[in-house]
Amino acid sequence: MMWGITAAELTAISLSLKVALTATVVSLPFGILVALALSRGRFPGKTLLDGLVHLPLVLPPVVTGYALLLLFGRRGPIGAFLYDTFGIVLAFRWTGAVLAASIMAFPLLVRAIRLSMDAIDPRTEEAASTLGATRLWVFLTVTLPLSLPGIISGATLAFAKALGEFGATITFVSNIPGQTQTIPSAIYSYIQTPGGDEGALRLSLLAVIISLAALAASEFLARRNTFRREASQA
Amino acid sequence: MIVFDCTLVRKGFTLDVAFESPGGVLALFGPSGSGKSTILRLIAGLDRPDRGHIVIGGQMLVDTAAGCLLPAHKRRTGLVFQDGNLFPHLTVRQNLNYGRRFMQSEKPLIGFDAVLSLLDIERLVDRNPVTLSGGERQRVAIGRALLASPGILLLDEPLASLDTARKLEILPFIERLRDEVSLPIVYVSHSIEEVARLATTVVHIEDGKVVASGSPASVLAPRFDEGANRFQAVTMLTGTVARHLPEFSVTVLDHPAGEIVVPSSIDRPRGSRMRLAVHATNVALALRRPTGMSVRTQLSGRVVKVDTGAGPMALITVELAGGDQISAFATRLALSELAITPGVPVFALVKAVSIDELSVTGQLPKK
Repeated sequence: MMWGITAAELTAISLSLKVALTATVVSLPFGILVALALSRGRFPGKTLLDGLVHLPLVLPPVVTGYALLLLFGRRGPIGAFLYDTFGIVLAFRWTGAVLAASIMAFPLLVRAIRLSMDAIDPRTEEAASTLGATRLWVFLTVTLPLSLPGIISGATLAFAKALGEFGATITFVSNIPGQTQTIPSAIYSYIQTPGGDEGALRLSLLAVIISLAALAASEFLARRNTFRREASQA
Repeated sequence: MIVFDCTLVRKGFTLDVAFESPGGVLALFGPSGSGKSTILRLIAGLDRPDRGHIVIGGQMLVDTAAGCLLPAHKRRTGLVFQDGNLFPHLTVRQNLNYGRRFMQSEKPLIGFDAVLSLLDIERLVDRNPVTLSGGERQRVAIGRALLASPGILLLDEPLASLDTARKLEILPFIERLRDEVSLPIVYVSHSIEEVARLATTVVHIEDGKVVASGSPASVLAPRFDEGANRFQAVTMLTGTVARHLPEFSVTVLDHPAGEIVVPSSIDRPRGSRMRLAVHATNVALALRRPTGMSVRTQLSGRVVKVDTGAGPMALITVELAGGDQISAFATRLALSELAITPGVPVFALVKAVSIDELSVTGQLPKK
């Protein structure tokens, strides 16, 4: 194996990628909707929603993980409902890792998209509506394309955060090799084991490489965003 | 036909405005922050009045009493903002076409190619909006609004962010819209020259209220007020093109009270009726026709009104031969030394160079 990567480490890497990718893809539509509500909406409880979204950013991750365990555990109110109705179990499964990573990455996702939406001149959207576009059409043809830079950078941040999520994940889904052991929890296990330094270092380097690759990919996507490129030339 | 009667209460600002316009260009004139743009937003459906109704061309857009509120995308009001607000992620062609897909099967107001040539934007269609100049952007924005086949065009200070050269580039196009497309236009501006040049009807708004409304000459006629900005006082003269003097690049207009020299070559045939805005601070009065001086425009008339206060200024209104009125600011000192009082025949002297191009090339709207 290259660099002596073991099968167990490979599993952890692929699981991490799967969890991070799924978390990013699943939370993206919600992130866009919440960002839209926070940027454009005027409704009671907006401050509360804003606070709730940002809570995982300021709470100790272990507290978030514990809250997830209480709510989404098999006997938690939401967890019991999901199990009884759909047969879905989240706690101690990779899907639970997706949930934990999504929650932890959500503030970063929403923040980036919202900043991008805030930067759009509302009159550009208003112009579209006076031209005959319904609100949905304005969103699809004006708001969404114009907030694409924020969506790309938000998704990248969310992916990187999901990849590195440790505290909430280990609390909610534990550290089961092959099932819920992601790169960070595998590194943690190595550090706890005598003689595991080499493995910890190897995985850490890999984590750096994956994160840099994600950053490069987002940079590439942002550059392909033609109107931005032309704007910088003008 | 526009009927507008709305009240809107906002924190620290109340708009309470009612007016009617028969068509043509309705100019909403007044200082910034007076509520002009809010009126446009109410017409376009971007803001909702607390009370009132708006009817355009027989269609009820809002009537709070009847609980009627047409959403913005169903109103067919072409709104053009100060900066154009083109879609930066679309090409000029895509911008122009944006509103066309929402048109019902009805006949379009104007075709794509006709808009391109009307606004002279043929060579811009494949460009990106961020590469356009301010004047080009504004023309594309007007074209985009026209292609959505609006029932009314709403222009919100479309020239305010442009320099004089760019303004002169756009104004003729707006005049063509008024004269050739015969689309009702509501034009918001704080520039007295623009209003003088374009308006059929003027509604003067201050602090959320209508101060005056009617024809440009009557609404814009200077009023004496110690606190008012005397450099904003303008009177309107109507003349016909008499002759061009290409060797001096000037145009001479005929007016019943005398000839008016305009410092630009006006590209209109002889006999065209032109409207001219003259600032009251640029008018001097003489008791006899002066000789041996540089001012060529010497209009004969008779003083009809003298307004003075405790300050140094006096506003003199002179009725010219033919019926136009012209206002002049002078010091009370000059007035008393020349013994100018109502009834005295005078000559109103206008320095040609003080007439700027913005206020002269305006062709008179068709009646």
